[in-house]
Amino acid sequence: MTTTSSYRIQGATGEWEVVIGLEVHAQITTQSKLFSGAATAFGAEPNTQVSLVDAAMPGMLPVPNRECIAQAVRTGMALNAQINRYSRFDRKNYFYADLPQGYQISQLYHPIVGEGEIEVTLDEKNPESARKTIGIERLHVEQDAGKLMHDQHPTRSYVDLNRSGVALMEIVSRPDMRSPAEAGAYLRKLRTILRYVGSCDGNMEEGSMRADVNVSVRRPGEELGTRTETKNVNSVRFVMAAIEQEASRQVDVLESGGRIIQETRLFDPDKMETRSMRSKEDAHDYRYFPDPDLLPLELEDAFLEECRASLPELPDAKRHRYENALGLSAYNAAVLTAEAETARWFEALVAESAKAAGKSEADVAKAAANWLLSELFGALNRLGKTLDTSPVNPAQGAELLGLIADGTISGTIAKQVFEIMLDTGDPAGKIVEERGLKQTSDTGAIDAAVAKILADNADKVEQYKAGKEALFGFFVGQTMKAMQGKANPQVVNEVLRKALG
Amino acid sequence: MTDLTNLTVAEIRDGFRDGEFSAREVTEAFSANIAAAKTLNAFIVETPDAALAAADAADAARASGALKPLSGVPIGMKDLFCTQGTQTTAASHILEGFVPQYESTVSAKLWSAGAGMLGKLNMDQFAMGSSNETSAFGNVVSPWKAADGKALTPGGSSGGSSSAIAARLCPAATGTDTGGSIRQPASFTGISGIKPTYGRCSRWGIVAFASSLDQAGAMARTVRDNAILLENMAGFDPKDSTSLDLPVPQWEAGLSSDLRGKKVGIPKEYRPDGLNPEIAALWDKGVAWLKDAGAEIVDVSLPHTQYALPTYYIIAPAEASSNLARYDGVRYGQRVLPDGAGLQDMYAATRAAGFGDEVKRRIMIGTYVLSAGFYDAYYTQACKVRTLIARDFEQAFTQCDLLLTPTAPSAAFALGEKQADPLAMYLNDVFTVPASLAGLPAMSLPGGLDSAGLPLGLQIIGRPLDEQGVLNASLALEERAGFTARAEKWW
Repeated sequence: MTTTSSYRIQGATGEWEVVIGLEVHAQITTQSKLFSGAATAFGAEPNTQVSLVDAAMPGMLPVPNRECIAQAVRTGMALNAQINRYSRFDRKNYFYADLPQGYQISQLYHPIVGEGEIEVTLDEKNPESARKTIGIERLHVEQDAGKLMHDQHPTRSYVDLNRSGVALMEIVSRPDMRSPAEAGAYLRKLRTILRYVGSCDGNMEEGSMRADVNVSVRRPGEELGTRTETKNVNSVRFVMAAIEQEASRQVDVLESGGRIIQETRLFDPDKMETRSMRSKEDAHDYRYFPDPDLLPLELEDAFLEECRASLPELPDAKRHRYENALGLSAYNAAVLTAEAETARWFEALVAESAKAAGKSEADVAKAAANWLLSELFGALNRLGKTLDTSPVNPAQGAELLGLIADGTISGTIAKQVFEIMLDTGDPAGKIVEERGLKQTSDTGAIDAAVAKILADNADKVEQYKAGKEALFGFFVGQTMKAMQGKANPQVVNEVLRKALG
Repeated sequence: MTDLTNLTVAEIRDGFRDGEFSAREVTEAFSANIAAAKTLNAFIVETPDAALAAADAADAARASGALKPLSGVPIGMKDLFCTQGTQTTAASHILEGFVPQYESTVSAKLWSAGAGMLGKLNMDQFAMGSSNETSAFGNVVSPWKAADGKALTPGGSSGGSSSAIAARLCPAATGTDTGGSIRQPASFTGISGIKPTYGRCSRWGIVAFASSLDQAGAMARTVRDNAILLENMAGFDPKDSTSLDLPVPQWEAGLSSDLRGKKVGIPKEYRPDGLNPEIAALWDKGVAWLKDAGAEIVDVSLPHTQYALPTYYIIAPAEASSNLARYDGVRYGQRVLPDGAGLQDMYAATRAAGFGDEVKRRIMIGTYVLSAGFYDAYYTQACKVRTLIARDFEQAFTQCDLLLTPTAPSAAFALGEKQADPLAMYLNDVFTVPASLAGLPAMSLPGGLDSAGLPLGLQIIGRPLDEQGVLNASLALEERAGFTARAEKWW
């Protein structure tokens, strides 16, 4: 079901609607920069990842990095976007100390990717219930700038050019979002897609993904208002806060008779507010023109085919498959597909489980999903670890699930075994074997235990027989306790029912 | 013993190979000439030791029988080419003291072919100029003198190269040509020079002026020497995206002055009213020489020629205004930091002090034509006209194989004569700019002297990649022109 937002700002004079567009800068995951061979690793010592090209030495020339182009194309494909076979690089001219060339190489006139779209959901628990499609206007590639350091010297600033020339994708949405929640959902979904594609690690803390937020307000149904652009907001939470703040500010200005100036603003995460950076009047004239050092990019069929073939299954398709082919709940499917890493882990777990049990994936998927989402995630949370650093790998998890499925251990024992696995790193089978945790289906032993318990609790047997059926659970519990948890619960049930007549 | 500095590149190469003289002797002879020619101001930096080291390597190579194509040949290097360990300034204060940590692709190719570097040649600042009067290191003076004794321009921007070759300070030199910067100085000094097809020579490591036009080329006294030099400069370079991924032809081996079967076009637009009659007369002689060599002459039209100069003076400054933004005082070169200055003040002070007037003029023109509101009227329009100019040539080349034109509208003028009038200066490029805009190979060679005893050049323009055709037609003209005049030594 598609949805329309009912988010409104209540002003003194009535309701206001918020109109939001996002320009997301996503650092492309590659070994080297967009136009040079310098490395791109985060956190290196200042100015250790700078080529002659990045430092804009005289006579140096840019050469496009094929891998960056492929990543942009793959991303465009994942956004169901038009891939432009012909695109071109333009220079955006301005002076700043972190911009060695005196221009940024970008794509203004002919971007590599045209219109596309992203489907977002506003209800994680029930993804299909509140869907909305957000349009993508374009995606282009461009160079990042370096970084100024103002804290190294009392009166001077230093420049770190490690980031200078690093490849970015700028992904521009249509002004299709109407609430902070929609913007948050869009950003999360975009991040998920980028991480699936592997074109950006989506790490907003390290700055490899950041958003420029365009916000305007209007009376519902009226023409678009004047927008402001809040630059470089670096978390989903801050984006949502910036929108809320900026929209309220605009409403206040308009309701007090003022007008909105088209301007660039900054978000201050400490004060959680936006403030003016520069107005359109003193905006730069960037003097864009085609970069004469670079030929137009002309993409050939074989290259596009290569890009398409290298795309993984994307989150929406995966979610649908989990629901339809694996029989998972909508919620579980949504949670398992929200992160590429989770889905990868889950699929490995399912594959190992199915292989070990000789069953189909659909037969083992539900149990695997439940175990992963509750047991494994619970444990990782407790240990402060992630799937990447999990002490248990999918094969080990599958072994544990297999022992439950074939009745070797009960669910209760499985929790104990898992704790021991986390502690020792030993495989489940070995733990069960060595510690004698195998559950027994030996009716002789269970018969004896049951007989003893019924004899010891004759009063309760009477009550049960008189109609207090809830006591059945008590007998089960006592029997299991007597069997040290190792009795097969199904067998215990059967024996008890027989004995109690 | 013959004066070794009178020898051509081919003669030095062959004589050295055959043991008639050592490379050291050749290099010492040229270095002595350089030392005695300070008045010409052709060099910004002299590197006699580097030249000698290359010469000694050549002598050793000859002894061990491992000669390279340019072993024993010392040359001059225009100061636009970055040379590792040797100051490279583009004749601008803003790069004074800049010593590159890297070697341009073209110069690296020449050194690995065995050539030695005599020094870095003076030029117009950032290759902007037609008279070598915009250098921050002083005017270059032509070895030729006006009848009234006035000092003459060697042309520009490769004026250090042309002056040095004409004065026998080096047998050959590199040049770069953006709108005529090889051909016009060659014409003014009675030598020859070739600008190859755009993309033949890598631009990597050449200080950029206008990226879509800049092209390195050769300058020397003979057509053969140009072929030899260019062969050792050209070639695909993966570090330059606009470099052509094609093998380098053996231009020297392919030289032939037999033009039978070739058609040479005479573009009527290059003969405007008021064309200097001596230049018109030389052009007519050129036509007769080509006929004599077996070529058929056809009249052709290049209808958009009159727009070439204004188009060039929009596109080249536009690109330059952006290319020169990197000279900001932050990372290398000159920095002017007034007391209490902020970043913007530092930029302004550095660039005001570092760039010369002509460079500033072109940065301002370029900034203007790219600015919001003017971009379409100037830059976009100029790009469209550029396409039309290229199409003119394409159409002409359906009727002929080559074009013959004068190189420049006049002989060399006196230093100072046109300095006050930039537009008059820009007109020097009227015959050379169209081929630059179209990226075509073109060559200037001396056709004769005017009545004042000054050299005049003829230009051959060819199809894309047809450097061989250009060289061959030039060779046919060279054989028939029999140009042997040289400036009498006065310096």
